Order: sequence, then structure tokens, then C-alpha cells
Amino acid sequence: MSTIKLTVNGRAVSADVEDRTLLVHLLRDHLNLTGTHVGCDTSQCGACVVHVDGRAVKSCTMLVGEANGANVTTIEGISKGEELHPMQAAFRDNHGLQCGYCTPGMIMSAIDIVNRHGGNLDEDTVRHELEGNICRCTGYHNIVKSVLDAAGRMKVSAAAE
Amino acid sequence: MYETHYHRASSVEDAAALFAKGSDAKFLAGGQTLLPVMKQRLAAPTDVVDLAKIPAMIGVEVSGDTVTIKAATTHYDVATNTALQKTLPALAHLAGMIGDPAVRYRGTIGGSLANNDPAADYPAAVLALNATVKTNKRSISAEDFFKGLFTTALEDGEIITAVSFPVPAKAGYAKFRHPASRFALTGVFVAKSKSGDVRVAATGASQNGVMRVPSIEQALKANWSASALDGIKVSADGLMSDIHGAADYRANLIKVMAQRAVTEAG
Repeated sequence: MSTIKLTVNGRAVSADVEDRTLLVHLLRDHLNLTGTHVGCDTSQCGACVVHVDGRAVKSCTMLVGEANGANVTTIEGISKGEELHPMQAAFRDNHGLQCGYCTPGMIMSAIDIVNRHGGNLDEDTVRHELEGNICRCTGYHNIVKSVLDAAGRMKVSAAAE
Repeated sequence: MYETHYHRASSVEDAAALFAKGSDAKFLAGGQTLLPVMKQRLAAPTDVVDLAKIPAMIGVEVSGDTVTIKAATTHYDVATNTALQKTLPALAHLAGMIGDPAVRYRGTIGGSLANNDPAADYPAAVLALNATVKTNKRSISAEDFFKGLFTTALEDGEIITAVSFPVPAKAGYAKFRHPASRFALTGVFVAKSKSGDVRVAATGASQNGVMRVPSIEQALKANWSASALDGIKVSADGLMSDIHGAADYRANLIKVMAQRAVTEAG
């Protein structure tokens, strides 16, 4: 057992957990942040993607010890109260989801993609960059559309701030 | 995953000491292979010693004709390093092709080399560029480092601290990705040293892991161009044959990827 201290969505949290605990299980089972999903358990599907110190990583492939002291953002931490994050709003407006299971990971990866590429996004880049996120409904068309739409919105909202 | 004990090492010496204390310890260098394997219970180390936050093991240094990548540098940080993009762009390009973006944020060059997966990308660069693997005990030439599938010259408890690459005159890497897993079905790294020596290494092809391809090296030494390989037939002997591709298919891929890599190298 170890005491893990980290910041999750701006809140300081602490938990006593077994060393084998994966970050995703700390989030879901101990902090009740169940928006982050476990899709495959084999580190392939990306449903568990969260931001750790600003980088989009698979929380099912990180021990809690590795995240000790880190700043973690989950899907629950990106909206401003009732106001959706531009990426969330774009997914809603473009119907970027079918069953919705992969959506939290898609959105966290997509925000990271826009952060890295800024407004210089094209369809090919988005498809290539979403390589680590699998949608089993195969609804990629609208997901890609959502990310491209959000890239424009994030540029506008960043300029406004 | 079976229960284990996690230790975050503060220095290379600390890591070696922590490893020695565990009865069946393993080093964790990003965990993008080790953790999936532990989740499947195919590995059950009593202790994992995390190397990823050791300051002396992170960073890329370019000095004169040598590029040194410290072992805990992530694929993302290698791919986006501007000094490396200028000096040895093929290596930055290779790092940017590993796995997917989330994997590249966590995976490290040291972890990739120590694991020596037969379809990993870095071994091809290390062998073709005639790099030197530095550990906490010694320096190992690329030729002596790779010993077959998932096997290296590393001794138990030995830690890769850095890899140094001589800057080549020309280098390129091309891989044919498996359409689902995105691993290299076959990847080829071509390099021409400043003294004119040509080395070519293929990953994902041989039953024994990364390998050099002498017939392609000779052809490129005589004429550094993709068309110089038009008449080459790579032998399928010793190549992998599995559900993803037969040995003769991989043999042809070696040639085609080598041609693409030469084109990329310019």
C-alpha cells in the first residue's frame, strides 16, 4: 500500500491504494470519476485517456505511483460549470458519438491534438492522430468532423481569453 | 495484475540499489509494454523500479558529430526535439511513428531497446546508425547489443542510461504498418555514414529480431538511390512467416521499405 497524492481536476486528493493500482482505477473506483472508461484492458483502445501534466495518456497503462504528485485532468474537469468545453460542444453539434463509450477518451485525445497542432489541422492529420482511440461503432466520420470543428472553436475561445 | 511494489528512483545509483533489493525486480521506463504484460499476468515482478523521472536520464544532446539521447527520454520528446530534427531528422521521424500519440508521451528509447521487441522501431535505427548503448556499467556497440527476440546483452540489473548516435551523411526510415496494430510489419532504416559506409537494418522481418541486410548495403554503397535496389532479391531464409505475412512477402517488403527510406533520406 502507498499513499498517493495528486491533483485531479484542480482538487488535491489523497488515497491509500495498492501499488498495482492503475491510474484509471484510482479515478473510477476511489474518486468515483467514472467518466473515464476502460474499454479493452490491453492498452489499445484509448477510452481511458486523461491528461497527466498536460499530456494525453492512457490511464490504464500507468501505475498510480507513476502519477504520484501529478496534475490530472479527466473528462469531468474540462467544462466550465454548465458551459461545455468547445470540444464537447463540437461533438454534440456534429453528432460525434453513437454509443458514447469511447467519447471521453476521444475528447481528451482530441483536445491534446488541437493543443499540439493549433488551427493547422486537416482531416488526414486528425485521422492519423486518432490512431490510439478506437470507436467500436466505427463512427469515425463524425468524430473527425467534430475535432475539425472544435479546432476552429478552440482557436476563437483562446483568442478571446 | 498481481501485487507488486512500486519504487520511484531518484538517480541511476538509487535505481540499481532498489533493483538489487527486490527478489524479482523489473525496471519501468514508461511502461507501455511492461504494464500491458503485467496486466495479462504474463509478468509478475515483485518490485518495479521507475526510471522515468531520473533527471540525468532525460534529454537530447547534440554535440559535433554525435547525438546522445538519454534513455528515459520519451518518444514524443525525441520526435519534437528541434536540434535533433535538424541534425538527424530520420531519428526524430522514426520516434514520431512509434505506437500512437498517447504511447509516445510515455514510452522511452531505453525501454524500447531493453525490451527488444522484434517489431520495435528503435532497434533498426540503433543498428543501422552503428550507435553505442551506454549503461550504468559499460558501453555496448549496437552489433553486440541485440541478441535475438526480446534478448539483449544487458545483464540482470543493468540500466541503459543513454544511446549515442554518430551523425550520418544521410539516413531514412520507412515502415509498413500492420493495418490494425500499427506495429511495423517490416521497417527499414538506411544510413550512409560521413565516411561513406552504408548500413541497412530491418525490423519486424527476421525470426531473430532486428537484422542487417548485406545485399542492400552493397547495392546502396555502389549507388545511393532507390533504383539501385530494383534488381535486388532479399532472401526469405530466417524471416518470420505468420498470419500477417509470409516470409517471402516480408523479404519483398524489406526491399520496398529500403527504397522508400532511401528516397526519404535524399
